[in-house]
Amino acid sequence: MIKSLLNTLGFTSPPFDGGITPNMCKWTEGSSIKTCPLPPVLIVPLKQHIGQPCTPLVKIGDLVLRGQKIAKAEGYLSAPVHAPTSGKVIKIEEHAIPHPSGMGMVSIFIEPDGKDQRDMLLDPMTNWLQRDPAELRERVRMCGIVGLGGAAFPTFIKLLKDQRHPIETVILNGIECEPFLTNDHRLMVENSATILHGLHIVMHMLGAKKAIIAIEDNKIDAVQAMRENVDLLGDDLIRVEVLPTRYPQGSEKQLIESLTGKQVPAGKLPMHIGVLCQNIGTVKAIDDAVMLGHAITERVITVSGDAVPNPANMLVRLGTSMRFIYAQCGLEKFDNIQILHGGPMMGERLRHPDIPVIKSSTGLLAISDARMKVAHQVEEPCIRCGHCSEVCPVNLVPNLLADHCRNDQLERAANYDLFDCIECGACSYVCPSHIPLVHYFRYGKGQTAQMRREQSFAEVSRLRSEGRDARLQREKDEKAAKRRKLRATLRSESVLNTANEEKTATQPKTEVND
Amino acid sequence: MEQLLYAILSLGTFAFIAGITLAIASKAFHIEGDPLADKIDALLPQTQCGQCGYPGCRPYADAVAKLEVNVNHCVPGGERTMLSIADLMGVEPKALDEEESVPVVAFVREDECIGCTLCIKACPVDAIIGAPKQYHTVVADQCTGCVLCLEPCPVDCIDMIQKPELLEHWSWPLPETHRAQLGAERRESHHD
Repeated sequence: MIKSLLNTLGFTSPPFDGGITPNMCKWTEGSSIKTCPLPPVLIVPLKQHIGQPCTPLVKIGDLVLRGQKIAKAEGYLSAPVHAPTSGKVIKIEEHAIPHPSGMGMVSIFIEPDGKDQRDMLLDPMTNWLQRDPAELRERVRMCGIVGLGGAAFPTFIKLLKDQRHPIETVILNGIECEPFLTNDHRLMVENSATILHGLHIVMHMLGAKKAIIAIEDNKIDAVQAMRENVDLLGDDLIRVEVLPTRYPQGSEKQLIESLTGKQVPAGKLPMHIGVLCQNIGTVKAIDDAVMLGHAITERVITVSGDAVPNPANMLVRLGTSMRFIYAQCGLEKFDNIQILHGGPMMGERLRHPDIPVIKSSTGLLAISDARMKVAHQVEEPCIRCGHCSEVCPVNLVPNLLADHCRNDQLERAANYDLFDCIECGACSYVCPSHIPLVHYFRYGKGQTAQMRREQSFAEVSRLRSEGRDARLQREKDEKAAKRRKLRATLRSESVLNTANEEKTATQPKTEVND
Repeated sequence: MEQLLYAILSLGTFAFIAGITLAIASKAFHIEGDPLADKIDALLPQTQCGQCGYPGCRPYADAVAKLEVNVNHCVPGGERTMLSIADLMGVEPKALDEEESVPVVAFVREDECIGCTLCIKACPVDAIIGAPKQYHTVVADQCTGCVLCLEPCPVDCIDMIQKPELLEHWSWPLPETHRAQLGAERRESHHD
């Protein structure tokens, strides 16, 4: 209250517009990363990123090595998939993936042989400073690295050294503003040297002049660890910035606003203002790919929630079943428990725990139904208090937007910039009437996308139909022209014939005459 | 008498000038075709299925623009299309002729196809490929599900199958809250 008053009066500068400070529940911030044992079977979905799904490169019965490419990327916006351990491919079929629809995706099932033998196809590039950025970028692409902060956008696309939009500042995103999640926090504490090295590689790839490591003030040990390492190198290009804890500061555009004061325009990317954001885990994966030649086969996730007896941070192989991971933390019965994939604010609820962990899994939460009911109460009418507009980090008017989405007034919702919504959930969090605002926005976005798809399909169909009509008309005209020509030739022939006949008829006469 | 003459003369001159201006304007700002029909055509799903009783989407759009038929005859367009056309025309929305159906695509059972090319000729969007005495097949991405190919097939080897739901095309349903339902019910009653 006093803080917001000070902000309005201009005494302190708010980190970014809006935002909330929820109860962070970072129960696992002190527990070091445990390595999860190998499960009896690993299920690797063919799509673990934003973009087109991959096509499998292996058959049932094939033996694979850890880090071997088992599915190749299709198209530009895609990332290949690698075997998480050595073993045998036992089947390739559809299996549930972490997705709110509950739909499945073709997955490769691998039975580990226990040897965990690595595929040594890619050499370490220890002399990365002499290498061409394009070569390093190709390595990042081949190792299947995607943004590990949850969005899973193929990283190599962001690492393009573009002449028109040179990157000046690399921001290392150590904010981790979602409650419960502590995986980036632990990575920064335990692997600070590797992360810093990875950051240098990224800076080299982009020719960036400076870098900022952004960490919130609830992770002081991480700040210390990173600062120590920066000081050790005596590097004045990299600075560690401590920001006040505020959700959703970890969102790319909000973080840039907090750090630089610049806003990324709607529909533009951070690179358009000379900035690039990378997640902690992603940078570590880049370092592993370049320095060791390791493709991405594992990641750190936080297992937490009030229903988990022993919350922990775990290094798990991609493809490990969530049931197996929960069992490692002491949770085996799932009655009256809800499972969340990701954080409590933006994560999605899953229907059952028999789903593999993928590249975009940041956390696994298990929350008891009783606790969930407190957060999800019965929706009541909007009382126009305006709290949602105050906390919206992109300055939208959530209550109006929700009305338009609920009533299928999609064009109006689009006019109120529905598509700028980052779905952070701050509005739903503060709503005193418990309106599931973000859910309405997701509905509205989905319906609009569906409508646009239908419109473009109708346009294509119309063009095809018009093309067909034109072709039929042309064929008809051609046929008519041919017929006319034929008739004309026939007529001329018949004229000729009659002339001939006349000739033959007259010939005898001439003969007679002769 | 003189005043009367002035009045007639002045008003007559005005009328003459206005008439000439209008005549020029109607030539200068002339628009080819019917702009309203174009707008309606843009709202239609372009399946060219003929279920409205017209030979295609464009003829139906023309007829609606001339107020010859109601706005509720486009079956594949469903309620959303009907509402947007009614909104454009400024008429009362009407309930649909038929129940909205799930999106379908045609599928040729190739082992039964005799290669007669009749379905190829019937397809309004050229989405069936094949040659005489060769198996035909439907390009599923371009099929509008108009069912016009079913009737001419002499061996009934074409099925209409439900369009597969893609993960990328999945979208969130409305929240299952009481208020969302209330709103939906109110809309339903409004349409009837």
